[in-house]
Amino acid sequence: MSDTADRVKKIVVEHLGVEAEKVTEDASFIDDLGADSLDIVELVMAFEEEFGVEIPDDAAEKIATVSDAIKYIDENKG
Amino acid sequence: MRRVVVTGLGLVTPLGADVETTWANLLAGKSGAGPITRFDTTGQKCLIACEVKPADHEYGFDAGKRVDHKIQRQVDPFIVYGIDAAGQALEDAGLVDMDDDLKMRTGCSIGSGIGGLPGIESESIVLHEKGPGRVSPHFVHGRLINLISGQVSIKYGLMGPNHAVVTACSTGAHSIGDAARMIKDGDADVMLAGGAESTINPLGVAGFAQARALNCSFNDRPTEASRPYDKDRDGFVMGEGAGVVVLEEYEHAKARGAKIYAEVVGYGLSGDAYHVTAPHPEGKGAELAMRMALRKAGLEAGDIDYVNAHGTSTMADTIELAAVKRVLGDDLSGASMSSTKSAIGHLLGGAGAVETIFCILAIRDQIVPPTLNLHNPDEGTEGVDLVPLVAKKRTVRAALNNSFGFGGTNASVIVKAI
Repeated sequence: MSDTADRVKKIVVEHLGVEAEKVTEDASFIDDLGADSLDIVELVMAFEEEFGVEIPDDAAEKIATVSDAIKYIDENKG
Repeated sequence: MRRVVVTGLGLVTPLGADVETTWANLLAGKSGAGPITRFDTTGQKCLIACEVKPADHEYGFDAGKRVDHKIQRQVDPFIVYGIDAAGQALEDAGLVDMDDDLKMRTGCSIGSGIGGLPGIESESIVLHEKGPGRVSPHFVHGRLINLISGQVSIKYGLMGPNHAVVTACSTGAHSIGDAARMIKDGDADVMLAGGAESTINPLGVAGFAQARALNCSFNDRPTEASRPYDKDRDGFVMGEGAGVVVLEEYEHAKARGAKIYAEVVGYGLSGDAYHVTAPHPEGKGAELAMRMALRKAGLEAGDIDYVNAHGTSTMADTIELAAVKRVLGDDLSGASMSSTKSAIGHLLGGAGAVETIFCILAIRDQIVPPTLNLHNPDEGTEGVDLVPLVAKKRTVRAALNNSFGFGGTNASVIVKAI
């Protein structure tokens, strides 16, 4: 597992209060992890903070699963 | 006429994370005060408070017991305390699993005096240091006062009136009084009612200290700082926590065989129309509220056996006592009167609800809690039983709680054995 994936999963566990095993790469934030739209805004902010990336609103809207987040971060971090 | 009774209780206080622990510690004469541990107090004038204790403490609060991890992260502590106390009260009343009809007849009236000040403080620092794009999307609804009622209604599916009183330190008493009226009026059969507060944060402590309301002269002796009616009193000690009761229409409670603690028989409210922080020097507003509550209850002075005073350990204590004397008589017609703020501090918007619960428990157990640290009673206290230092067994048929708040707002609630 990549370093990005580890750090993303840690943030998701902390913010959503879900068990680490549930945070698989194809888990959907809303359907599988109980997040609502505001939780996703908060997660995106936490990713930006952790990885020093900018995730504009239109890109954030397309992040639906854990792997979407990992992929976007790996492609865009400095 | 529809009558309103109390069928469930919930408490989170500096003396315990539930009703029985708090009550036992209160009757044992324990103090919840200590040095502030929540934040670095460097530069503050007041260094002490009555904090709700952490989960690993002998009588600490475990937020995870009734509040989801995610919600704990999103909301201010006053909301966490409120959700927990409401859950306790519902469990106590045997109303956790309600059918859909009853859910539509069950509401919430749980308020707060100040609301999410710690979160407002910390998030404004985020705004200034990191910019608007880093402000939490949960910032607003995690700080709003009506979000205890909101969160509780969502958690338990309660679709009755959803209300939140904001009357500073009268909030808890007004919440119970207003909710009782909603039941009397037929708006609901069951109401969760009470108040919560948590403002032991740098801005909250500094603000009250600057308003000259907090005790700043007993920093080295925290458990002695809250001393209502004592000559050396010098301001209140801030507390935090929550108190919530289940109010229920009497026939409804009887029909389901509920345990009934007491009846809410009287409620009075008034305004001082005098000053934003100081009470009317003759306590006229307080007197009006008490007289109204007695009249509504159909009781005479001699029917009240216990008064849980507002008694914040400020100069206002003797103004309140003078008003109580005018209403109940110079010897309070034999009633005992104590201030439990001497033990748990001032819970601000939670105070009136927590203290009404103490009135209810005084009726249940026929014992009145003490006024701690009352070694040298001030002038004007002669001939009045202020229950100094130790709890006292006595007959308690009816009890009155006084709560007064900044802005000159006053509330009195009377509960009576059924």
